[in-house]
Amino acid sequence: MTSIQKPQFRHPGLPKNALGYTRRDYEGAMSTLCAGCGHDSVTAALIQAFWELDLPPNRAAKMSGIGCSSKTTAYFMKGSHGFNSVHGRMPSVTSGAAAANRGLTYIGISGDGDSLSIGMGQLCHAIRRNVRMLYVIENNGVYGLTKGQFSASADIGSTSKKGEANVQPPIDPALLALSLGATFVARSFSGDKSQLVPILKAGLVHDGFALIDVISPCVSFNDHEGSTKSYRFTREHEVEMTEVDFVPIRHEITTKDTDSAVTAVQMHDGTVMRFRKTHEGYDPTDREQAYLHVRECTKRGEVATGLLYIERGGADMHAVARTVERPLAELTVAELCPGKGALEKLMDSYR
Amino acid sequence: MSGINDFAFKMATVNGTGSASANSLLMQAIFRMGIPVAGKNIFPSNIQGLPTWYEVRVSAHGYMARPAQVDLIVALNGTTLAKDIKTVRPGGYVMYDSSWPIPEAIKRADVTFLGVPFGDLAASAFERDRDRTLLRNIIYTGALGALLNIDHEIISEMLREKFAKKKSLLDANAKAIQMGWDYALEHFECPLPFHLEKMDETKDKVIIDGNTACGLGAVYAGATVGAWYPITPSTSLMEAFKAFCEKYRVDKETGLRKFCILQAEDELAAAGITIGAGWAGARSFTNTSGPGISLMQEFLGLAYYTEIPGVFFDVQRAGPSTGMPTRTQQADLMMLAYASHGDTKHLIVFPANPYECFTLTVEAFDLAERFQTPVFVASDLDIGMNDWMVPRFEWDENYVADRGKVLSAEELAALPKFSRYLDKDGDGIAARTLPGGDAKGAYFVRGSSHDEHAAYTEDSDAYVKVVDRIKRKIENAAKAVPAPLFVRNPGAEIGLVTLGSCDAAVREAMDRLKEQGFHVDFMRIRGFPFDTCVQQFLAEHEVNFIIEQNRDGQLRSLLAIETGIPRDAMVAVLDYSGMPLTAKSVVDAVTAHFAGVDA
Ligand SMILES: Cc1ncc(C[n+]2csc(CCOP(=O)(O)OP(=O)(O)O)c2C)c(N)n1
Ligand code: SF4
Ligand SMILES: [Mg+2]
Repeated sequence: MTSIQKPQFRHPGLPKNALGYTRRDYEGAMSTLCAGCGHDSVTAALIQAFWELDLPPNRAAKMSGIGCSSKTTAYFMKGSHGFNSVHGRMPSVTSGAAAANRGLTYIGISGDGDSLSIGMGQLCHAIRRNVRMLYVIENNGVYGLTKGQFSASADIGSTSKKGEANVQPPIDPALLALSLGATFVARSFSGDKSQLVPILKAGLVHDGFALIDVISPCVSFNDHEGSTKSYRFTREHEVEMTEVDFVPIRHEITTKDTDSAVTAVQMHDGTVMRFRKTHEGYDPTDREQAYLHVRECTKRGEVATGLLYIERGGADMHAVARTVERPLAELTVAELCPGKGALEKLMDSYR
Repeated sequence: MSGINDFAFKMATVNGTGSASANSLLMQAIFRMGIPVAGKNIFPSNIQGLPTWYEVRVSAHGYMARPAQVDLIVALNGTTLAKDIKTVRPGGYVMYDSSWPIPEAIKRADVTFLGVPFGDLAASAFERDRDRTLLRNIIYTGALGALLNIDHEIISEMLREKFAKKKSLLDANAKAIQMGWDYALEHFECPLPFHLEKMDETKDKVIIDGNTACGLGAVYAGATVGAWYPITPSTSLMEAFKAFCEKYRVDKETGLRKFCILQAEDELAAAGITIGAGWAGARSFTNTSGPGISLMQEFLGLAYYTEIPGVFFDVQRAGPSTGMPTRTQQADLMMLAYASHGDTKHLIVFPANPYECFTLTVEAFDLAERFQTPVFVASDLDIGMNDWMVPRFEWDENYVADRGKVLSAEELAALPKFSRYLDKDGDGIAARTLPGGDAKGAYFVRGSSHDEHAAYTEDSDAYVKVVDRIKRKIENAAKAVPAPLFVRNPGAEIGLVTLGSCDAAVREAMDRLKEQGFHVDFMRIRGFPFDTCVQQFLAEHEVNFIIEQNRDGQLRSLLAIETGIPRDAMVAVLDYSGMPLTAKSVVDAVTAHFAGVDA
């Protein structure tokens, strides 16, 4: 793998967000991924989304497993703590971190191998637990880091670089999430930044588990003719279901409200997300219908993208556990310890 | 041998028939008479139908280990009757249900049979089948009351406390007690030669199990995040934590909770949750048994290498594999000491009883945060699930939790640069920051090789520097983990070395050995890594017996690896039957060794 040194210079005229940060301030260490890797484009889209959302880096935590995709948390938002855990287990580490400190924005980055093979169980249970987090799967149909074996998202008939065809049926993380009750499910493409950035922003402010499956081609092992996860294939077969227009409430709403295809959803923080149905008859607030539509697309060999399903986040992990508002990690042991008197009383009941 | 306040008896019943409450009633009544008492529940891995035993030992001397034999058995399980009758000492007693005759072939001439028609009595007094089954147990409690001279008023008082809100149950239970009592008085010579007489030895004691004590310790230590996946014999630990949290940690006004318990999808996830929470700054733990620790290996290495605190309870059971889930063992020692691939070494505390479960749990949380590493609490089924008589737990109001080196906002601001893995103080412990603080303290946790600044590195020197520092840090922890407990006898040349729940049996064995002219010193290991005093003790003694509950002598191997004393220079005393250790097996092993040496 190569790493290309980028010049370090600070343009005085770079635009700043409400926190006074430029996009540069949301960058991280130099990427060591292959030139042209889809994952780098996802990183760029994430940086754009954080910057546009005025996200304070120190109030976010970057979580990942193992894989080329999972490495990328080092390549953005250097002002955030990052946790590159073990292969497929980021969901549990994030569950624990979120249990301890509910005040942070959790950004989980995973791969199709990390999430759909070794970590499939953890992903499913994080969805069930409804951990409030953004969960991005950088999906390239292969294990990039171990040099190109098929992953569980590889389509039947998709060929490896050596020409071998995959025969096992794929796991579609979007359908998986829909069937498990996820309240935010989207799919996008690393090559379509204008679609990806608003979806990431919407996922970031969603008040529950937000899953975004991003087709992110691996140029070294899965971008050839015959692959169904290549740049070309994805571009040619992408069908957008809904287009997201994310509008923080303080901005003026520009799209005409008369447009009947536009639906507005108010997010928990007061911001409004609007989406436009770009596919006839698609309703991203109807889970069953969304599932059927995505299935139909797959059968036709199309890749359904856009916001696939959304509802208000519902009871998240903390709501279910009925924990206090203050992060548990901030409570002192002195506050938590019942003390001497309580113990003396308690001991009497063990006689 | 057996006599006043010095005997043992056991109940043989069928799992799921409600004998547990009768048995604990008996034990508690003896305790309230001021007499030291210990109970061991020998139960099957089954919900209903398989045989179960409950052994009660009464000991004026305070010997709490499992007795080698019993003086009386209440044999109410037809399927194990023949075997159960064999377990009574010659001259002992067998109480059985005389509603049905006992086959002559399994009778013994050297024991006295006490027939009580439990079935008929229960059928005559109670209508419903369920009542007849349950109250049969209470009838034998009454019969034992008369035979063993239990204070009737204490039993009545306990029933009144237990059924304060259920008058009908109180009446039925009181009636059952009386039926058994009267039957025994009428048909047998009461009390038996060995029986109870009130003492005043339990005033400052409580009866509690180790899992409850660990759960309570976690509450007192300020743990807020608990993650687990159910497994015998550790399940009741989290249940206790939950119950205590609901009692002490729920905001009166809002009903909101200052704790978060997550029942995970498996033990891998439970470990991940524990580590994630520890990283984010909460005191977190998970409770499991051997199979769960096996699954957690990869995560344990991650926490070790990335230096994240967490407390891991291993309530050991008999392995390998599923093994005997309801039997006790100390067979996870090696796995805990060096859990995960690569070079690792972990801190372990070894409680010997529920009292230490409470105190060492609090210590474990302090050690984990101080040394920024996973800490195991190695308990076992015997400690965790049996009722033990132990000193009342006490709490020092001056306790200040050791949260380790976590930089405050001011300390961080004062630094020219924050480097997560830089040893500034020379003690091997680098200061950490918590997510959510100032961006200056942000760093990247990675299980891949990293330098002092937490940056990825494949540079050999930078890698070695970090792993060497971690090694130093863990070595330093040997002085901080609980010190061994010593009992010395001047001039003793024999060392008895043990750990955990073997404590009671080994101490009792010391007294018996002394009677036989063996002068021994005693060392009970309470922490790992071993401090230098462990090596010294071994070196000081001509012969060291390493007494533990596993097949392969794991403690002996650990001692050899860590102290450099040759393994075969130490004598292994092993009991891996799955049953709690008896003093007799220790005495026999020591005497047999010297008999062999002399011969
Ligand atoms: C327990 C374990 N098994 C195997 C590996 C080797 N491994 C590293 S990354 C990876 C696959 C990653 O695939 P994916 O998540 O799709 O990420 P990508 O590299 O394609 O972005 C594997 C199998 C590992 N790190 N840990
Ligand atoms: S191997 Fe594939 S996934 Fe990994 S960095 Fe290279 S292009 Fe990206
Ligand atoms: Mg992949």
